[in-house]
Amino acid sequence: MDFINAIILLLNYIFVPALTYGSQLALGAIFVTLIYGILRFANFATGDMMSFGTMAAILFTWYFQSLGVSLGVLPTALIAIPFAIIFMIFYMLLIDKLVFKYYRNQKSPPVQLAMVSIGVMFVTQAVVRIIIGPSDRRFFDGEKFIIKAGEFKEITGLNEGLAIKSTQVLTILVTLILVSTLFWFLNKTKTGKSMKAYSDNEDLALLSGIDPKKIVMITWIIAGILATIGGTLYGLDKSFKPFTYFNNMLPIFAAAIVGGIGNPFGAFLGGYVIAFSEILLTYAYKKFFMYVLPESMEPDGLVQLLSTDYKFAVSFSILVIVLLYRPSGIFKGKVL
Amino acid sequence: MRKNLNVIAAYSIMMGLIILVGIFQSWNIALSIFNLCLISAVMTMGANIQWGYAGLINFGIMGYTALGGLAAVLISVNPVQEAWTVGGFNILLSLFLIVGMVLAIKYVLKKYDKSKLRTYIIATIIISGIILIRFVSEPGIEAIEEVNPAKTGFLGGFGLPIIFSWIVGAVFAGGLAFIIGKVALGLRADYLAIATLLISEIVIAIIKHEDWLTRGVKNVIGLKRPAPYEVDLQQTDWFINLVEKFNFSKLNLIQDFSERQSTLNQLVIEGSSIFVKLCYSGLFLVVVIILLILTQKALYSPWGRMMRAIRDNEEAANAMGKNVVKQHLLIFVLGSAIVGIAGAMLVTQDGLFTPGSYRPMRYTFLIWVMVIVGGSGNNFGAILGGFAVWFLWIEAASIALFVINLTTSGLADTHFLKQHLIESVPYFRFLMMGIGLLLIMRYRPKGILPEKIEIK
Repeated sequence: MDFINAIILLLNYIFVPALTYGSQLALGAIFVTLIYGILRFANFATGDMMSFGTMAAILFTWYFQSLGVSLGVLPTALIAIPFAIIFMIFYMLLIDKLVFKYYRNQKSPPVQLAMVSIGVMFVTQAVVRIIIGPSDRRFFDGEKFIIKAGEFKEITGLNEGLAIKSTQVLTILVTLILVSTLFWFLNKTKTGKSMKAYSDNEDLALLSGIDPKKIVMITWIIAGILATIGGTLYGLDKSFKPFTYFNNMLPIFAAAIVGGIGNPFGAFLGGYVIAFSEILLTYAYKKFFMYVLPESMEPDGLVQLLSTDYKFAVSFSILVIVLLYRPSGIFKGKVL
Repeated sequence: MRKNLNVIAAYSIMMGLIILVGIFQSWNIALSIFNLCLISAVMTMGANIQWGYAGLINFGIMGYTALGGLAAVLISVNPVQEAWTVGGFNILLSLFLIVGMVLAIKYVLKKYDKSKLRTYIIATIIISGIILIRFVSEPGIEAIEEVNPAKTGFLGGFGLPIIFSWIVGAVFAGGLAFIIGKVALGLRADYLAIATLLISEIVIAIIKHEDWLTRGVKNVIGLKRPAPYEVDLQQTDWFINLVEKFNFSKLNLIQDFSERQSTLNQLVIEGSSIFVKLCYSGLFLVVVIILLILTQKALYSPWGRMMRAIRDNEEAANAMGKNVVKQHLLIFVLGSAIVGIAGAMLVTQDGLFTPGSYRPMRYTFLIWVMVIVGGSGNNFGAILGGFAVWFLWIEAASIALFVINLTTSGLADTHFLKQHLIESVPYFRFLMMGIGLLLIMRYRPKGILPEKIEIK
């Protein structure tokens, strides 16, 4: 019985939260990797683009709520997402046309494009804060829990409860669907294959008649979808605050690089690597050992490797180590 | 003279703008803008050395700034004796352990050839070292943090004049840059940018949470000053006389004695804070001028030529027998040390150290905007960038308010759009920075004062 309790404890405090957080990071990391693979620059506006998409989703959610539309147990934001995506894609294409296109045609070095993306970061951040303000916003409605800790204890008769929030299940499900569609698109359709070819060798792709304008446009569209859904899921699960989104850029970058930048599948796994290592290293295992070990061997301290203050530092340290020993990432291999 | 006409023109416009603020808003505001402009200029010079001279991208400016600030605390705060007696031994022992660990790793690196075994040995040393250090330091840290937590709760510093911290800040930042440079300089440009950004976040996390050393988010306030205190000045005779002399004509107009006295008092209070700010301006100006002379000399020296050669064509410079790796490391350390000075100056001016206020937007990206806007590779451009961007950053709200009032003058004051826009005035500064950066990068990619190399 103690053993099952220990497992449930780990599930509740490590596995489920890490899986959710990892999914959110994974979507962002695929976004970074796509931009890096095809447009060839590190996009420092990642976090703010995600917050822009989320802002659009929140505004549509409010609109639908004022109309009285709702999905019952599911959050209203789900209806808002498609509209937000359209809005977001429009914004991304506008930015590309006004800003990035010029440097692409000039064949500027990636560093210059990265600098330009800092300009875009400033502008996007300003637009988001001017429209919706800098404060913390919750826009989740509907049923909060699928199973509460107390109910779980009653049903199973265990000491430890397992609470599963509906946003957690939603996040994981949506991520799985989105990512598998994306991989299907990249690997099976003609457009997806031409994107891969473009990312692999630009000149060769152009020679074989691939239209670069179309590739770039589709990249921005996919990026817009990923950013909006990733951002909205994060906002539903936690809350929406522009500054947090800006900060999330850092673990997202870490995930993308750990997975091997330019490789979407690596980025997907990288998100989970970062999330699990952050939570595994900062969790206090005292209770776990109390269940597993006999009473005489119970630990005195919290058995915590690092204090939770260093959550971000963990992912960054992993990144630095990976950069040092395998600069091309854990899952190196083909590009895109 | 004519060659430098645009430099002189740009600087006169900048000074004119600050003077205008002095006339229309107040001299206090103008001087505080000027002081922060000077500090920004020092930071930009540091970033400019790395980016403009050598093409190294460093997004870790925030980390070095914070380390400089930490130096100001460690130098100027009086030591907390009680904390030293309860926890000092453990902390010193941990320090020895860290040194021992580094030496052991060095020994292993030297003794064994590169192999899996060596990696495992090093990993074991590091992991066991960390566990041992935690075991030793934990009780010490707990004891230190329990010493009067509301006021101290940390080890304190050395109780020296805070001016010394400007040098120590440079040493701290340079030391960190040496470690980072050793580790990360081999990376490609954009990886280096991301790596430095993340490492600076780690530095901030450590400063924020190691309360025994830095007091963390509880902040350190009331640091010593290199300048006199306003309250003392207001009691000093020579200062009151000075103020009286300055405002002679104004005071003479007032006949009534008590009214004259109260006006004088008002002027003395105002004057004291301007005087203190002027003291800081003088100190900062000295630093900026010294650094400017040094960096200009370096730029035109054989070393500067070599750095530009390395920046423009690494392979060719390497083929000519220049040690690219070593020079990159050197310039990385030098530039970061200058940023460290600026960090210490900033804390000196504020008189307080707030780890929570170090955010990448303000301390990394804004500095980069300054470098790019001012003109990378040109020291005068970098300083101008620091001035212009900081000025705009501060005055953006007033400008935005003016523009909003102008464009929405047709709407009633209670109109929701107008009210919403006026409420969000503070965020227009981000918009201005972003648009400014994008415009400069598009239409004047070399900055306001582009790099100009004269061959003498």
